[in-house]
Amino acid sequence: MPTSLLPTPEQLIDQLARDIAPLLHDLGPGAAADDEWALVGIHTGGVWVMDALARRLGEELPQGVLDIAFYRDDFSRIGLHPQVKPSNIPFEVEGRRILLIDDVLYTGRTVRAAMNLLFDYGRPAVIRLAVLVDRGGRELPLCADYVGARITLRPDEHIALNRNHDGVGLHFDVQRRAGA
Amino acid sequence: MMAHPQLTEDGRLRHLLTLEGLPRRVLTQILDTAASFVPVAERDVKKVPLLRGKAIFNIFFENSTRTRTTFEIAAKRLSADIVNLNIDASSLSKGETLLDTVANLSAMQADMFIVRHAAAGAAHLIARHVAPHISVINAGDGRCAHPTQGLLDMYTLRHYKGEFHNLRVAIVGDILQSRVARSQIHALTTLGCPEVRVVAPKTLLPRDVESLGVHVYHKMEDGIRDVDAVLMLRLQNERMRGSRLPSAGEFFKHWGLTPAKLKLARPDAIVMHPGPMNRGVEIDSEVADGVQSVILAQVTFGIAVRMAVMSLLAGAGAQA
Repeated sequence: MPTSLLPTPEQLIDQLARDIAPLLHDLGPGAAADDEWALVGIHTGGVWVMDALARRLGEELPQGVLDIAFYRDDFSRIGLHPQVKPSNIPFEVEGRRILLIDDVLYTGRTVRAAMNLLFDYGRPAVIRLAVLVDRGGRELPLCADYVGARITLRPDEHIALNRNHDGVGLHFDVQRRAGA
Repeated sequence: MMAHPQLTEDGRLRHLLTLEGLPRRVLTQILDTAASFVPVAERDVKKVPLLRGKAIFNIFFENSTRTRTTFEIAAKRLSADIVNLNIDASSLSKGETLLDTVANLSAMQADMFIVRHAAAGAAHLIARHVAPHISVINAGDGRCAHPTQGLLDMYTLRHYKGEFHNLRVAIVGDILQSRVARSQIHALTTLGCPEVRVVAPKTLLPRDVESLGVHVYHKMEDGIRDVDAVLMLRLQNERMRGSRLPSAGEFFKHWGLTPAKLKLARPDAIVMHPGPMNRGVEIDSEVADGVQSVILAQVTFGIAVRMAVMSLLAGAGAQA
């Protein structure tokens, strides 16, 4: 879909929540309490999406936050990301079912880094990926399990999820990347 | 304007030689980055892949176990390859100069040097002569600077006390011979600490110390009254030639931090020490092991702070 037809982030999160709900409830036969899913958002947009999803799902699911700055593959080209935040996974990753959440899926490099980071906490049983927007342009063999919207952007175009000035709502910004 | 020797043209950390003159922005960036490295140590895998393939050399011309080890652990937790070189007087007497040693290690594809040397300015000298992609960290040079110790002390202070703008801090002991004290003073004033006190006998104070923006106290009871943190220094016995001081016992009586003296500080004051401690000389065991002591936390934070410095340097060096 062209970006002019892109629904609002809130509409996409509503839809994602409906798509994801069956996954969380259908734990399969003989499931134990620690088979429940955990949500893991990738800084920063993925964390906003996770928070909004968790409110709609209405369940007390464990939540974690990942900052992939120490796992990026472009460190030797651009150095350390200037505003790295601590990762925080307040639950046992070993054997856990994890729903990884990000705002925009593009090259796949962020998701690669996030999975490597998760594995340094333990060996998850399952990882599923949910993204608000898939903009194509993959450079790694990855795809998302849950997608809010698929859009087509030119390589010099950039889409970002941002927080409204009121600090509550979310919106998309689509820009031409300077010099790209 | 002359380029800052420790920063790249766009203001990123290139070498870490001294905290003097480093802008607050850079100090805060190091502390913030370190905060993200602290939880790495609590994971199953205590490593991140950031510096994979980088070769780091710990070049110690002066003995040190703790500093060398914490740099080594920091490098390993960043997945770098680290080599320890303890270069004693005998190797130097073979005639190789400091810069020859560095040139040889550079020929082994070094990416970073961590240097401790008894001579002031040794790390600066090396930094001026290395290739553009190589970074240098000063791990202590003479009486001049020990920037990573100063930074880990700032991290510890911030961790326990929040921000710096309302802190009253006392640095106590052998200021004269302490490179740690100099680094602490520069960092505290840059970070906006309004009241930095130095507390020492006249014989253990540098003559120009007030020019650093500190308040001088010659009586410990006055100097630590109502402070939020007491930063003890190690009495540098090995550097003390002649008779600057009567004896260890005499020193302890006037300048040792005892529970009674600590009561003069604020009730929630923290006690720090860069180690290794001389128990019964500058600090009473009861204080060193007491609830207000954060001395072991300093060691733990020191690893995260050194990881932050190394990754910021390697990131800036990568683009050189």
